[in-house]
Amino acid sequence: MSQELIREVTQAQLRDDLPEFNPGDNVRVSVKIKEGNRERIQVFEGLVIKKQGSGISETFTVRKVSYGVGVERTFPVNTPSIHQIDVVRRGKVRRAKLHYIRGRSAKQSRIKERR
Amino acid sequence: MAKGILGTKLGMTQVFNEDGHLVPVTIVRCEPNVVLQKKTIERDGYEALQLGFKDKRVTLANKPELGHLAKANTNPKRYVKEIAGKEMSNFEVGQEIGVNIFEDGEVVDVTGTSKGKGFQGVVKRHNQATGPMSHGSRYHRGPGSMGPIDPNHVRKGKKLPGHMGAETVTIQNLNIVKVDPERNLLMIKGNVPGPKRGLVVVRNAVKGSSVAPLDPQQYVKTQSAESEESTE
Repeated sequence: MSQELIREVTQAQLRDDLPEFNPGDNVRVSVKIKEGNRERIQVFEGLVIKKQGSGISETFTVRKVSYGVGVERTFPVNTPSIHQIDVVRRGKVRRAKLHYIRGRSAKQSRIKERR
Repeated sequence: MAKGILGTKLGMTQVFNEDGHLVPVTIVRCEPNVVLQKKTIERDGYEALQLGFKDKRVTLANKPELGHLAKANTNPKRYVKEIAGKEMSNFEVGQEIGVNIFEDGEVVDVTGTSKGKGFQGVVKRHNQATGPMSHGSRYHRGPGSMGPIDPNHVRKGKKLPGHMGAETVTIQNLNIVKVDPERNLLMIKGNVPGPKRGLVVVRNAVKGSSVAPLDPQQYVKTQSAESEESTE
């Protein structure tokens, strides 16, 4: 009963305007960034390596390799600071957490496209 | 201490603020409290309100209790507590006090009974350091020296193992993120002492003036037309 109430309270902040995506997919995340009173949009594109949590606390992690350095960023799925998520490519993977990608070279970390 | 309300801790969750950051919140449910008695300076020497919270079965109440409650014309209450202060003096016996005495962004102190930890050693109970676990130290989690030999007794206040937790704890200067009068809920930033379903007392902050109140506009409205539909 009490857990239901807690879920209910956070219900209004959940977003339903974002596309469905899963680990293995390549996504382009447009993030709103505030600089003083100016707002701009920054794009972070990469591979979704995991989704964690549920409800309002759900997060996902995107990994990309930038100038030879691996960069991972974790976003809350329902945060209002995400302007838009585009799914660039749907990947075929057999696990929910793709941590194994981290130790691999670019050639080894290729993921087949799901059709 | 000027105004306050009794409630039960429901649990914790997170909400987004305007920046899109998640803020941890504890949800406290305060079904309307009933004023059972008004203490006045003339009669009792101090000003306070006696509040009753959460109904219980009539069979659980004894006769003097029922007589006392008849004056406020309510059901027997599981928890009865006094809140001292002048600001509440315009409430009358029998009236209900709801969460709307607080506003979004207000600074409060929350009192509860912490979770009982049982009989604990000195490392957990007093945050003392452990000895080395290896290299033959033979001293791992002990309480250390009992003090000088000269007094021929252990000095008072020496930190030793014993019962930990299950004591009254007040956390000061917590911010109210959101007041939800429809569901009788308070969303308080951060954590609050006690287990889920434990009794907590929410009072406005003793040192409130030193802390800048939150701007309620900073928090995204959690209540919208959608959520109201889902409750029906």
